[in-house]
Amino acid sequence: MELFKIKHDIPFMRYGRVTTTISLVTFILAILALSFKGLNFGLDFTGGLQVEVGYNQPANVEAVRKVLEEQKIPDFSVQNFGSVKEVLIRVPMKAETNDVKLSEVILAKLREQDPSVVLRSVEFVGPQVGKELFESGGLAMLLVVAGIMAYLAARFEWRFALAAIIANMHDIVIILGMFAFFQWEFTLSVLAGVLAILGYSVNESVVVFDRVRENFHKMRNVSVPDMIDNAITTTMSRTVITHFMTQMMVLAMFFFGGEALHNFALALTIGIIFGIYSSVLVASPIVLWLGVSREDLMSVRKENAEIDNLP
Amino acid sequence: MQNHYPLWKNLLVLIVFAVSTIYALPNLYGDDPSVQVASTRSTKLAQEQANKIESDLKASGLNIKQFEFNNGQVLARFNSTDDQLKAADLLRDQLSDEYNVALNLAPTTPPWLRALGAKAMYLGLDLRGGVHFLMEVDMDAAVKQAEDRYTDDVRLALRNEKIRYQSVAKDSGFIKVKLSSADDKPALLKLLGKDFRALEVTEPSEQDQVWLKLSEKDVRETKKFAVAQNMTTLRNRVNELGVAEPVIQQQGEKHIVVQLPGVQDTTRAKEILGTTATLEYRLVDVEHDVQQAVEGHVPVGSRLYYERNGNPILLDRRVIVTGDQIVDSSSGVDQDGRPSVNISLNGVGAAKMGKLTQANIGKPMAVVFIEYKVETKTVNGQKVRHKEKVEKVINVATIQGVFSHRFQTTGLDSPQEARNLSLLLRAGALVAPIDIVEERTVGPSLGQENIGKGVNSNVYGFIAVAFFMIAYYRLFGLFSIVALSMNVLMLVAVLSLLQATLTLPGMAGIALTVGMAIDANVLINERIREELRIGMSPGAAIYAGYERAFATILDSNITTLIAGIALFTLGSGPIRGFALVLCIGILTSMFSAVVVSRALVNLAYGGQRQLDKLAI
Repeated sequence: MELFKIKHDIPFMRYGRVTTTISLVTFILAILALSFKGLNFGLDFTGGLQVEVGYNQPANVEAVRKVLEEQKIPDFSVQNFGSVKEVLIRVPMKAETNDVKLSEVILAKLREQDPSVVLRSVEFVGPQVGKELFESGGLAMLLVVAGIMAYLAARFEWRFALAAIIANMHDIVIILGMFAFFQWEFTLSVLAGVLAILGYSVNESVVVFDRVRENFHKMRNVSVPDMIDNAITTTMSRTVITHFMTQMMVLAMFFFGGEALHNFALALTIGIIFGIYSSVLVASPIVLWLGVSREDLMSVRKENAEIDNLP
Repeated sequence: MQNHYPLWKNLLVLIVFAVSTIYALPNLYGDDPSVQVASTRSTKLAQEQANKIESDLKASGLNIKQFEFNNGQVLARFNSTDDQLKAADLLRDQLSDEYNVALNLAPTTPPWLRALGAKAMYLGLDLRGGVHFLMEVDMDAAVKQAEDRYTDDVRLALRNEKIRYQSVAKDSGFIKVKLSSADDKPALLKLLGKDFRALEVTEPSEQDQVWLKLSEKDVRETKKFAVAQNMTTLRNRVNELGVAEPVIQQQGEKHIVVQLPGVQDTTRAKEILGTTATLEYRLVDVEHDVQQAVEGHVPVGSRLYYERNGNPILLDRRVIVTGDQIVDSSSGVDQDGRPSVNISLNGVGAAKMGKLTQANIGKPMAVVFIEYKVETKTVNGQKVRHKEKVEKVINVATIQGVFSHRFQTTGLDSPQEARNLSLLLRAGALVAPIDIVEERTVGPSLGQENIGKGVNSNVYGFIAVAFFMIAYYRLFGLFSIVALSMNVLMLVAVLSLLQATLTLPGMAGIALTVGMAIDANVLINERIREELRIGMSPGAAIYAGYERAFATILDSNITTLIAGIALFTLGSGPIRGFALVLCIGILTSMFSAVVVSRALVNLAYGGQRQLDKLAI
């Protein structure tokens, strides 16, 4: 079976202006969503208390709510979680709720009301912990960006490194923008997903760039845009199929992984879809505009010379 | 022959396969709910004790799956958690304080695998259920305590050296010594240079004063010591709680992670771990008037305390014995049936106590119960939490005779309080108060569910990928999938060998690794197709496909590895688990995608002299 039998190279670079404009618009929309709506940070970052309880029969959310009201707990929320038998109670971080013992008080009261209640999970996070997460999360992001840029600059050339990182950051901002726009909960695992995408999505650019480099050697008397078009067209099949495979695993997580992996899989999905787009239609035009030339790559590339001389 | 592997390469693939299978295998075996009995003392259990436990269990009619006695520890396996809990309750009731009964999940790995050192991955709390605490050590309190200690020591030294002083007190970050006469200053400085080198000396313009401060280095040491000491104490307390395989680790400068797998009673765990309760023994000051002290005129050598019923009492400023000199304690009842704590002191404490009781027969001595309590107060309209040191005199008794090593303390509210206090004293006091800043509890049913979810995500995803790969690349797709399976096998084997903790994010990491590792094979297969399209012979196409794709595979994997390493170094808890799986998965996938799949392709096509078609 073969899905991609493309005879002629698709002139991607001719549409460079259009595709980058589309990117720019989505990018700006994402920034707007981030600045006006902001991320809906999960418990890990904001601190607070989250208690998940289960009942034998469909839970009476109203009754649970009443118990909490009687306890004078401020700003709590009660909702079904996963199924009708499970209830999730959230209490935001306040000075008077900053107490590990609160979960036991709640549970004891719920048990008085209905002895069949079982504790499924408790998460209590103090306010300080969240602050530290922000710092280490930001630092991790910087470290990844710096590490990848350094590697690409050494392996290819600085223009490629810069283009790949711009394309990548574009993906990240769009994921964050989507999370802000739809107010999906941004948890620690989503952050992990975003950082994993940072490493994964750059693969795309690497594969295309690798081919561009190869073309610089093989194809003489061909203009740089045509060469890039050829590189994208020939790697097209691989790009789509690889992402399709990864996406299948991610979908399995999305559907079977439960609530805990739900948003993680969501972040990966957005990252994968935009990863294809940006690596092909953002990174490559940027490389072109940065003015890459044959000479830039000649000195770096020696190790594959013997392969090119194959029959 | 282009597409022929030398023997050693084929053997390498086989050996890696065999070794990976062995070390991944233990994960297929489940766990037995079991009860572990050990001695709380440093001695091991004897055979007779083990026999006694076994007969006790058998007598109760519980169904024991297997009874083991190894290394002075008893391990009884059961068929159900129900039996396990019943057995634990039974043993806790029947055995004395000297035994530690803990619930455990004992792996059912067969002996021959265990002999090879093959162990299953350690399941994280989100998969097996349990409690995770992140505790913050109150560093300010630790430093303040050190300052208090120095203040007392300086005062004592001045008295011993007969240097007269007006006051030694803490004030605006200094310990200020005010002498009675400026003439004594050289003597004071000499004393400080000799015995208090850790203190930085400042000489203010007032001639009769010297200001002291803890040096930077000393503050650092104090903090380091506070965390280390608290960890030891927590470890002792956890052991007292009876938890199998607890994790107690320092995280960052002032945090301690405590993980208690299988623990469901979080109330007691929190009570025991977070309490700073300790005891102090002081002489009662009978020379001065308590009423005057209440009005604000506390005599220099004394401090004002309150008893449980609210009566004020004056105690000597000097402590006879503190909680950290207690080496053992047990709870019980005294002759009158009141709850009591039996205390044993170490040599230093015993000597002090002996000397003191000898000199003060007939005088009253008080027991002070010290605890930190967190309170929420409203300050300027804002709710602020702060910790308060609560000191209460729980018992005042007349010294009837000389005692030193062992004695009894009464005055506790309930047997429960006596039991907790004796446990806390036995385990040692926390040198600085700690706060639980994070708690994550996962019930056992949720843990089981999470395992199911993680496994399902992997299995269904894998089936979908396998189906598509074989449909799309036919024989080469099959080779890719075999290589991918080998990748998962190697990944699980390496994680088991490292005894890594498997969490739900870790399982997500495995799924993601599978999804990303297939990229290498897609790259190779696409490249082979491409070479065929431009008219290469099948044999040459295989060769060129693998060789040319390799540089790309390397580049793209290294970038992902960079992200993985950053996540691992900066992430915490579950993120680290995810990152570890990601990093190892990338490394194993490089081997499986390139070497293993190539070996299969070579086996299938390498031998054919006339190769004119590939199933790709």
